[in-house]
Formats: sequence, C-alpha cells, structure tokens
Amino acid sequence: MPTTVPLTWYLILSAILFGLGVAGFLFRRNIITVFMSIELMLNAVNLSFISFSYKWRQVDGHIFSFFVMVVAAAEAAVGLAIILTVFKNRSTLAIDEVNSLKN
Amino acid sequence: MDALLFLFFALVAVGCGINLVVQTHPISSALSLIGVMGSLAVLYLLLGAEFMAMAQLIVYAGAIMVLFIFVIMLLNAGVERKKGTSMLVKALGVPALVAFLGMVSYLIQRLMPGTENVTFGAFQGGTVQAIGRKLFTEYLLPFEVTSVLILIAILGAVVLARKEI
Repeated sequence: MPTTVPLTWYLILSAILFGLGVAGFLFRRNIITVFMSIELMLNAVNLSFISFSYKWRQVDGHIFSFFVMVVAAAEAAVGLAIILTVFKNRSTLAIDEVNSLKN
Repeated sequence: MDALLFLFFALVAVGCGINLVVQTHPISSALSLIGVMGSLAVLYLLLGAEFMAMAQLIVYAGAIMVLFIFVIMLLNAGVERKKGTSMLVKALGVPALVAFLGMVSYLIQRLMPGTENVTFGAFQGGTVQAIGRKLFTEYLLPFEVTSVLILIAILGAVVLARKEI
C-alpha cells in the first residue's frame, strides 16, 4: 500500500463535500440546517484553496481561505440574527412557511 | 502513514457530511458539522497549513458552531416536519448527485494528470510568520477592508436583534 496519496484526492474530497452541501441546501426544510449546509460548502472551498496552495508552494491560498473564514464568521452573525428575527415574527423555522412574497 | 491519516479523516468528513444532510434534528446536524470541521483541520495540517488548521479549529469549530448551537438552543428547534417530497426528487436525487460527483472526479483526474503526492512537511510556507508577512504587506488593503466588513456585520446583527423589528 502506498504511503502517500495524490493531491487530486484532496480536490475530489472537496468536491464531494461541496456536493453534500448543495444537497443539504436543496433538500432540507429547516432554516438552521440550510444555513449549516452553506457553511459546509464554504469549508469545501477552503480545502480546495489550501490544496492548490500546496501544489504551487504559495501561501496565497491560505490568505484567501483566511478571508473566506472571516466572511463566514460575519455571515454567521448576521444570518443567525436574521433567523432570530424570522422566528420572532413568524414563530416557525420551516422555510416553506415563510412565503409572504409568494402570495 | 500519510495515506492512512488522509483516508481515515476523509472518511470521517464524508460520513459526517452525509449525516448532516440526513439527520432531521438540527442539533445532530450541528454536531456532524463540527466533525467535518475537525477532520478538515487535520487535512489542512497534512497539507502544511498549520496556521489555517488552528484557525479552523478556533474560529469554525469553536466560535461559529457555538453561535449555531446557541441559536438552536434559544429557538428550541425541534425535529423537522416531513413535507411531501415529489417522487421525481426521491427517485432521481441521490443517483443524480452521485453521477455529478463521479463526473467531477473524473474531470479532476483528467485535468490534473501526474500531480505529485502529498507528503507531510514538504511545504513549510504555512507558518504564522509567512502568513503574517503576506497579510500585512501584499494583502494589507483587503485586510483593512475586512475590518469594515466586520464592523458592518456587528451593527447589522445588533440592529436585527432589537425588539422593535
């Protein structure tokens, strides 16, 4: 058994995690779980950035992934505040029941 | 050893990711997401990104997930109610996802043939020193703009969480 794995495996793992995030985003009906799926997609992209950073021996990928992390933190704070407001006004977490714009 | 570590933590990450999508209770999904983030931190370490691995653990698995779990607790979120999913989605959803991922994997293998193997310690540039130097010279403007972004996010969260809205 080889002791190392190719770099492409890391990229494939990143693609699998991103696909799972998309699936969760589309199939789940709870607004918090949908939000967590978005975080999963951001993590998958970070893994991709760091893999390419390894390939070209440049630290720039780490910086990009650092910025993604910062934006994710800001997004989580604002997004969860929005979820709190939605829950306060509608008393529900199901995204199917938040449909005022539809009618 | 590298291959074993990669395979183990990749399997943990994928398993926790599937669990995140499949579970109906938000708190189970949140714990699965923590598993994904922890195993990704180990993979970052294998790729030589020691600072990013620690930031992943502290910022993601620590701060952001605590925020999530706090909101789940605050809203007393229960089990998701089942809505009638259409037969088409039930029948085609998983096969379509698997086919898409297979295609992407094939493309990655074809587009990057003969890439080197990942050995732990081959890339030493991910230290705090290297990242700090890059961040405060070449990427100084984006770094400063980030502070404005975080200020706006704080203000937005405070305004949204007020009582009147």
